[in-house]
Amino acid sequence: MSATQDLAFGKAITAGLRAALAADEKVVLMGEDIGTLGGVFRITDGLMEEFGRDRVVDTPLAESGIMGTAVGLAYAGYRPVVEIQFDGFVYPSFDQIVSQVAKTHFRTGGAVRMPLTIRIPFGGGIGSPEHHSESPEAYFVHTAGLRVVSPSTPQEGFDLIRAAIASDDPVVYLEPKRRYHDRGPVDLAAPLRPLGPAATAAPGTDVTLVAYGPLVRTCLQAAEAAAAEGISIEVIDLRSLAPVDYGLIEASVRRTGRLVVAHEAGRTGGLGAEIAATVTERCFHWLEHAPVRVTGFDIPYPPAKLEHHHVPDLDRILDGVDWVLGRPNSLDSLDPFAPPRPLAAADGTERA
Amino acid sequence: MGSVSLNTPPTGMPHVPEPDLHQVLTPEGHRRPDHDLDPWLEDLTPRRLAELHRDMVVIRRLDTECTHLQRQGELALWPPLLGQEAAQVGSAAALHAEDFVFPSYRENGVAYLRGVDPLGLVRLWRGSTYAGWDPREVNLAAQQIIIGAQSLHAVGHAMGQQRDASTAVTLAYFGDGATSQGDVNEAMVFAASFHAPVVFLCQNNQWAISEPVSLQARRHIADRPWGFGIPAMRVDGNDVLAVMAATRRALERARNGGGPTFIEAVTYRMGPHTTADDPTRYRSAEEVEAWRAKDPIDRVEAHLAALLPEASPDGDAGPGLTVEAVREESGRAADEMAARLRAGLAEITDPGPEALFEHVYAEPHHELERQREHYRLYLAQFDGEQLDARPREGSR
Ligand SMILES: Cc1ncc(C[n+]2csc(CCOP(=O)(O)OP(=O)(O)O)c2C)c(N)n1
Repeated sequence: MSATQDLAFGKAITAGLRAALAADEKVVLMGEDIGTLGGVFRITDGLMEEFGRDRVVDTPLAESGIMGTAVGLAYAGYRPVVEIQFDGFVYPSFDQIVSQVAKTHFRTGGAVRMPLTIRIPFGGGIGSPEHHSESPEAYFVHTAGLRVVSPSTPQEGFDLIRAAIASDDPVVYLEPKRRYHDRGPVDLAAPLRPLGPAATAAPGTDVTLVAYGPLVRTCLQAAEAAAAEGISIEVIDLRSLAPVDYGLIEASVRRTGRLVVAHEAGRTGGLGAEIAATVTERCFHWLEHAPVRVTGFDIPYPPAKLEHHHVPDLDRILDGVDWVLGRPNSLDSLDPFAPPRPLAAADGTERA
Repeated sequence: MGSVSLNTPPTGMPHVPEPDLHQVLTPEGHRRPDHDLDPWLEDLTPRRLAELHRDMVVIRRLDTECTHLQRQGELALWPPLLGQEAAQVGSAAALHAEDFVFPSYRENGVAYLRGVDPLGLVRLWRGSTYAGWDPREVNLAAQQIIIGAQSLHAVGHAMGQQRDASTAVTLAYFGDGATSQGDVNEAMVFAASFHAPVVFLCQNNQWAISEPVSLQARRHIADRPWGFGIPAMRVDGNDVLAVMAATRRALERARNGGGPTFIEAVTYRMGPHTTADDPTRYRSAEEVEAWRAKDPIDRVEAHLAALLPEASPDGDAGPGLTVEAVREESGRAADEMAARLRAGLAEITDPGPEALFEHVYAEPHHELERQREHYRLYLAQFDGEQLDARPREGSR
């Protein structure tokens, strides 16, 4: 019997959690609603029945409590895997993450490890209310001591969750929630591999397009659409956001001479800025154009009826591609010295 | 009205309270004497009781209408309050207009009583806006989705009222699950330390999504505030009179400089947590049925039936109040609200892209202005094309 199955992204993560629970009895899952209900996204569905209430723990409704007790469990030799129900609810535990989880190994001179995995369904596109669609990765990427990863396919979901749990460092594992139902082949016998390497999701020669998590699929669609116009885009799936695998990106940019980075998170201080700066430093002489970011705006994540404007879609990504290629694009007419003009209102009238 | 008799336990003395469940109206509709609450119901007339009945019926209709609207795709989500009408109406009815309220996401009935247009609720829950009302117009803060956060805001607001020597006070709503959050515990510390004129109203509806209250608290939730130096009362949350009386008493105590009070209203969420939830995965039908017998509206009707004649002798509404007339009046008010809601739906349009960039900052922000201008130019490329017919994911 083949170990490869066709699985939904969410179920692939479940399979990875199951494998980790079975492989190491020190692995403990904790979170709100993860036991009886199986999580609001059902990612832990069935695991409490399978492994018992001591291994899959419904916690009180307290994120700081979840994270802080996970730190203590790690001190006691366990490998906690905590679920934060939605991206916007990670902040009550933010202090524990940045001040404790990230720093304990350093603070104890390496004596105490924090093999903690923090699972966060993140990003938008599912029509949710406030605080349910955020992309908080920059906060964590900026925090030394944390590793941050985000899978983009069911196979990656399965591989990366096991790698995150096996890592002796704390890992923020960002699950692209709007991709939970995407299906794909998953090799359940795939060997455990280390966190870190990026992957070429599609080869190309004209432009390097870097993305991670939910936008990888959108970028692959953009690459397909561009191919129909004779433009060859290489899509790089970052997989690891901290640290970033610059080797693969640099090699690609040295071939294409052009870089576009796409993410849903707001632009300022985002991961795209970091990647653009690093690539500029290291590949300046190979670049034909300044790297371009296609990102969410610098606004709070908007209400559901507006999110399709905020989250980059394939047209906005292609507009960025057109820019680095010097083709007609919306930025042509953006005069950097012009005072801002009012945006036309929906009914066509100008704003006051 | 009676005198304020809630006292903080003397300092240094261990206080191990076992608060009883205060109840004024039994599930069968009988009035029970309650030494603490009766003084706060002295003005209660059948007419007032009929108004409370009407408000609960209207709010139940608002809730079922919105649940239907969600099923019909008009709303993205709705958090039903079915079963919690007495807790919401009783507490909101105790407020003075100038008092200020900090709600969670489930106080849609409270919002209605505060004067929020139901269409504001519809706009909010369909995802057109985050602001269904102007907080300063209705003395109701924006709904809060982060569990427990509003409890701290309420304490701070009350501290402001205290500084202003205002006669208005603040009320915070949250659920049983919220009492596990650091914020709610810190709110109690601040409220006690600063003697803030605030009332904490915990609707213990037994469930925090799938988690029973026993996972959040091993003793009655009303036991906990005493440890912070805050007196607490545990009331039957399906008894509109008990909730109203307890809230009046606590608000008056705050108004008179008595400091914070905590009320645990013991109630039950009859429906799912939200329209996206499946409660059959975590609770039994028997449990739900047992609570159905404690329905807050049936209880008031039973009480009215004992108080009033079923119908006036000559068959029409007559001069005296009848149970039939109360039912009819409440039903009519619910119908009117529902009709207004349905009619208003037609005027709701989705916001345009300009709304993205508005109100992010109060003062001009040049980077955001640049992003707005860029997006305008980007959209202008599609001029002539129907924007929403544009391919997004999938094809180009
Ligand atoms: C900080 C935070 N964590 C998690 C959630 C997700 N969540 C929304 S409602 C809810 C349950 C709340 O239960 P309770 O406080 O008892 O209020 P109820 O819904 O029963 O009124 C949870 C866990 C959230 N909104 N905020």
